[in-house]
Amino acid sequence: MTTYPTRWRRPPLLIRARPWRVVFWLVVLTYLVIGIGSVEINWTRVAVGLERGARFVSGFLQPDFSTRWRDISAGLIESLTMTLTSTVAGVLISIPIGIGAARNISPLWAYGICRSIIAVSRSLQEIIVAILLVAFFGFGAFAGFLTLTFATIGFIGKLLADDIEECDPKQIEAVRATGASWWQVVHYAVQPQVMPRMIGLSVYRLDINFRESAVIGIVGAGGIGGTLETALSRYEYSSAGAILLIIIAIVMASEYASSQMRGWLK
Amino acid sequence: MLDVSGLTKTYRTGDKALADVSFSLPEGQVVGLIGPSGAGKSTLIRCINRLVEPTSGSVRLNGQELTGLGARDLRRARRRIGMIFQEYALVERLTVMENVLSGRLGYVAFWRSFTRRFPGADIARAYRLLDRVGLSDHVDKRADALSGGQRQRVGIARALEQEPELLLVDEPTASLDPRTSRQIMRLLTEVCRESRLPAIVNIHDVVLAQQFTDRIIGLRAGRMVFDGRPDQLTKSVLTEIYGEEDWNAMRRGAAEQAQAEADEAAQARALVTSL
Repeated sequence: MTTYPTRWRRPPLLIRARPWRVVFWLVVLTYLVIGIGSVEINWTRVAVGLERGARFVSGFLQPDFSTRWRDISAGLIESLTMTLTSTVAGVLISIPIGIGAARNISPLWAYGICRSIIAVSRSLQEIIVAILLVAFFGFGAFAGFLTLTFATIGFIGKLLADDIEECDPKQIEAVRATGASWWQVVHYAVQPQVMPRMIGLSVYRLDINFRESAVIGIVGAGGIGGTLETALSRYEYSSAGAILLIIIAIVMASEYASSQMRGWLK
Repeated sequence: MLDVSGLTKTYRTGDKALADVSFSLPEGQVVGLIGPSGAGKSTLIRCINRLVEPTSGSVRLNGQELTGLGARDLRRARRRIGMIFQEYALVERLTVMENVLSGRLGYVAFWRSFTRRFPGADIARAYRLLDRVGLSDHVDKRADALSGGQRQRVGIARALEQEPELLLVDEPTASLDPRTSRQIMRLLTEVCRESRLPAIVNIHDVVLAQQFTDRIIGLRAGRMVFDGRPDQLTKSVLTEIYGEEDWNAMRRGAAEQAQAEADEAAQARALVTSL
């Protein structure tokens, strides 16, 4: 009778030869040690920074909503307006682009154009776009609106296109077999399959856009970010704390709302 | 009347899926297309409505040549051909009614279908067909809420809603239990006889094919190796189509199953009458 081994180990994934594995980890470790050694730490500056941090935290713990309430509420309304308008505009523009960028339903030329638009939008980070657009159109919410719309197109367009490409081809084939036109195939076979996720993504993008509106405000694109920037540069940490608390509260609320909504849609 | 002649399909990879297939199908005839997996059954029925583009050969439906039609004429031709799929291929998130009405997409303008305002005659036909396949109570349910057998009934209603001149049926029973398979095959053959509709049923189950179809075509590696009545399907023919296998044992199994089914039905009747 043959005896079978009672021990088994999963074979190593990438580097099969043991000596090379040892060499690999030694190189990684050496690099890490040298890397950490090369960071210069100025301990006096760390001490000053910690002190400033402590002041900031104490301001944060005693948030002051009232002194700058007019500025805060104006910034907040601007941010919310910017968020909503840019999400709606971005989603509307991204639907045709997303459909065009889905290889299974669109011709190659449309695929090429739409994927390039998406790639450009995704490769430019919001802050860079905001700096550029503020330079074009001046300080304020309009630059912010354009920035967020631009970012939304890349985000929704890509996820929608990928979602369409993962559609069940049988349902598409069945509708095509009835003699349906291209538009009818998109509306009857593709749209029902992607709709719940599309709505979920739009709501998710809404809450990303709100967070981003706070960030791009710092580079001059209006909204609550601008108010936060002003408060920080005036060393009004308690107002800044209040603003941060409001941002956190709104992000949490929208997070909760979007997860509720995604559960409700099926 | 469907005429297929010299139909050949060579895939870009060089695989020959169909080689010189010719047959013609008179009104009201239900033909079972049998053959092992990969013999080209699915390719054959998809070449007829050109969901797969044939390499050469001709397909004529009631006199009209379908190969070489432009996009618009092809859509007009497709709406005359009903198709029923393996695993139903319903649009899962649409209601039963929407799925059935989607059989009219080739006839209505985009805006009408977009706003779901189908002509009254189409809606009446949809209700009648749903009643015919026994689903009157499920009109507004979503397709994914139905069982396998019920979904295939919706698939049949969708195909008939097109008022087709030909039915193409791709493995209608592949994901159903034996009993439901029989019911679906019975329903299919009944509706074909009722409206004198020719049908090509692509089917794995030889016994089922013999029981329900008028004629059998056997494919092997893309070639027609048999064309005749179901009772001409002998052991040697089956061996030619599928290769060596114990066919008699399979038939006995099927007979036992039919017997068990009959017993079950008798028991149920006895139970009902005793109440």
